[in-house]
Amino acid sequence: MKRDGTDIEGLDIRKLLSAMAAKLHAFLESRGRQATEIIGVRTGGVWIAEVLRRRLKIRGPLGALNIAYHRDDFGRVGVHPTVEPSDLPFTVTDRHILLVDDILYTGRTVRAALNEIFDYGRPASVTLAALVDRGGRELPIQADVTGVSLSLKSGEHVKLQGPDPLRLSLLKNPDSPTA
Amino acid sequence: MKRERNLQINAHGRLQHFLTIEGLPRELLIEILDRAEGFAGIGGRAVKKVPLLRGKTIVNLFFEPSTRTRTTFELAAKRLSADVLNLNIESSSAKKGETLLDTLRNLEAMHCDMFVVRHHLSGAAHFIARNVAPHISVINGGDGRHAHPTQAMLDAYTIRRHKRDFMRLKVAIVGDVLHSRVARSEIHALKTLGVPEVRVVGPRTLIPAGVEEMGVSVCHDIETGLKNVDVIVMLRLQTERMRGALLPSAAEYFRLYGLTPARLKLARSDAIVMHPGPINRGVEIDSQVADGGRSVILQQVSHGIAVRMAVMAMTAGSQAG
Amino acid sequence: MNLHIKNGRVVDPANGVDAVTDVYISEGRIAAVGRAPRGFRAAEIIDASKLIVTPGWVDLCARLREPGQDQKATIASETMAAAAGGVTTLCCPPDTRPVIDTPAVVELIHQRAARAGRARVVCLGALTQELKGEVLAGMHSLKRAGCVGVSNARASIVNTEVLRRALEYARTCDLTVFLHAEDAWLAGQGCMHEGPISTRLGLPGIPEAAETVAVARELLLIEDTGARTHFCRLSSARAAAQIAEARQHGLPVTADVSVQHLFYTDDEIAGFNSAYHVRPPFRSGRDRDGLRKALRQGLISAVCSDHEPQDQDAQRQPFAATEPGISALETWLPLMLRLVRDNLLDLPAAIATCTVNPARILTVPAGTLTPGVAADVCVFDPQETWVVGEDTLQSAGKNTPLLGKQVQGRVRMTLLGGQLVHRATIPSKRPPRRIRRS
Repeated sequence: MKRDGTDIEGLDIRKLLSAMAAKLHAFLESRGRQATEIIGVRTGGVWIAEVLRRRLKIRGPLGALNIAYHRDDFGRVGVHPTVEPSDLPFTVTDRHILLVDDILYTGRTVRAALNEIFDYGRPASVTLAALVDRGGRELPIQADVTGVSLSLKSGEHVKLQGPDPLRLSLLKNPDSPTA
Repeated sequence: MKRERNLQINAHGRLQHFLTIEGLPRELLIEILDRAEGFAGIGGRAVKKVPLLRGKTIVNLFFEPSTRTRTTFELAAKRLSADVLNLNIESSSAKKGETLLDTLRNLEAMHCDMFVVRHHLSGAAHFIARNVAPHISVINGGDGRHAHPTQAMLDAYTIRRHKRDFMRLKVAIVGDVLHSRVARSEIHALKTLGVPEVRVVGPRTLIPAGVEEMGVSVCHDIETGLKNVDVIVMLRLQTERMRGALLPSAAEYFRLYGLTPARLKLARSDAIVMHPGPINRGVEIDSQVADGGRSVILQQVSHGIAVRMAVMAMTAGSQAG
Repeated sequence: MNLHIKNGRVVDPANGVDAVTDVYISEGRIAAVGRAPRGFRAAEIIDASKLIVTPGWVDLCARLREPGQDQKATIASETMAAAAGGVTTLCCPPDTRPVIDTPAVVELIHQRAARAGRARVVCLGALTQELKGEVLAGMHSLKRAGCVGVSNARASIVNTEVLRRALEYARTCDLTVFLHAEDAWLAGQGCMHEGPISTRLGLPGIPEAAETVAVARELLLIEDTGARTHFCRLSSARAAAQIAEARQHGLPVTADVSVQHLFYTDDEIAGFNSAYHVRPPFRSGRDRDGLRKALRQGLISAVCSDHEPQDQDAQRQPFAATEPGISALETWLPLMLRLVRDNLLDLPAAIATCTVNPARILTVPAGTLTPGVAADVCVFDPQETWVVGEDTLQSAGKNTPLLGKQVQGRVRMTLLGGQLVHRATIPSKRPPRRIRRS
């Protein structure tokens, strides 16, 4: 696999994921949301969600979201390159949903993901988990559980590569930063 | 040979208008099919809509009556959250031409973003695309005998669902090729997608001059034409064809070219039967075949919505950047 | 007033002249070519060095749109275009509104042309009343009113009996019949040549047989009736061969072709380009080559502009709904010069097809520089290039596929009966932007 950027020193993704799973377990239990369906945002969020699903021993299948239809930059960039469509192999309505993304940045992806989920029905609740919170929010959205918070210099971006092995790398001055 | 260049593809290399399959690259056709695949699931959701074209206004500009095509375009537009305006303009009452341009100007003044055009004259969609304001996309919903590109793409989509690989298919297009815009677009689409053998089958009166130059073989005998094909596309035979010197009667046509269970046996055992609709039972196709297990006619209709969504999203998005 | 046109290359095919020499004009007539007549004193000397001097061109078919369609063009506007194109005699087909089937319409056209004073306009009278192909027109009266021939224009005479009687009656009146060979049923609703391109575009086609069937029918009737006949605007190689064969058998037939048909084919329509919508349609490359060959062999003896000015409303439509025709008077000369550059014809032969040959077909005393004839003269620069544009065309019709393109060969001066009816403005040195070479 091609390596992009430089690995972030001192970050062990396995450890981060274990810690996240523990925090999530506690969080969900405290809110009475034990029976959840888990959904990852394509593409990186799905990788993280799959790991968390196993660690949290969620029985149901993994859902995957394609948020292309809900992106707010259609007027600027048109339709996005084709990625696989959303696949939610369960009912959403009245279920507790655990929504997983890899990097939380402006919050626009999460906004689009919430819209996409609501196109399938009305969930009882949505819990948001993100592997990395890198700040820079443009919308009032926060994760319930975060693996790690990073403060990046201007022009730096963090990217998840995977699925096997999962690796976080730091990119400097990439041409088109994404949310 | 001079061909239409650039009119469909804008300066950013994106699909601005969708007027004809002719001249479009294979990758673009594949992209339409792939995107349609993505849109196909939306019909099964609680909210059968995505907000891609929210705030856009799409006009169904129909100069030729058609309920079904208009309905699927309308549904496609609505599932993309666009506002839809249906205009049925009886061309007989319209004092041609002038009104066509005047109509365009009026709709432009109302800030419409996309026209879906159906017209009885070949080339009408090209004409409109050449004459609209640059921010407007035009989708050809069928012009004269010339082209019906979304129908061809939904047929290609249906074929891909069943056959996977275009590269080893034999396809027979049977019937009134002369008057058929579906046949013309279908031939371009299948050839571009790599189908090695496309046969057109029909009486000499209904096969247009020089059709071989489009890369098909011509067959006047249906038994030979259907032999070992993977896909059979039956074309609609309009009853007015029987009034001139093209055909003696519907009954004779059915005897010579109607798709019957016996003739279907000549095709490969897993061959599918398609028809752009509306079908004339007992004229071009036997009811047993139309309703039988090999018929994918109703699937074509539902695929039509996803394919039209894909084309609308791509053309509307072509203005970005 | 006496005029002396000096040092031009004078090409007068009727008199076998092709030399750098002088033309002398006196009292509106050609006084001499070569040496000055005794005692000739020029009031004005025109220096034609590096220019070509020919008889004024004679156009077998130019639609002036008047009477009846003056929203498209008028006799005044189109005779001005003729003068700008070096054309001094033009023939108006009878499909005006009303049709030229009464002397009154002929007189109206003659009067308006005389008032405009830019070109001689002659008329073809109708062969049948209102061109309906049912009742014979008053051919004798039309001839007395000045018609140089009779024609049913593009309205084909479906009833063969009527056609036969019309030919017989025209012969009785000693009138040449100008026929457009097209079988109405085979042409049907067609709007372009039937072939692979019409098939691809889904445009209804006009098969070659629409022309050849009509030519065959008409040749047999000509053989029967002995009527002197001219076939207008051939479009197919086979029809040209049919006419050639008939001429070999001594039939009194001639034929012309539009200059556009010597260049364009149905390929041009591939993007629904209605600038190439004409009747008869542009056909295949094989047909164009056949027409060129027939022209070179003299089997087709005349070329015409087939000028058909259209207004924007007639053009701004989907292809099949547009009205056919090309505004062609002013691009005729550049296209003829291109034929010369293509080595199809030498210059004198090319000039003959546009001057003396059509004049003979029309039986008008024009198309030559023979001393004594009216001094209709065209002086042109074969090298000068110009861009065909809405501003450079005098015709009210701007409908030409050459619009925006650069062409070579420009009329510098046109004389009608010794009077200057057109003089080119001095060309601007700076070429306009966005020139497309054609």
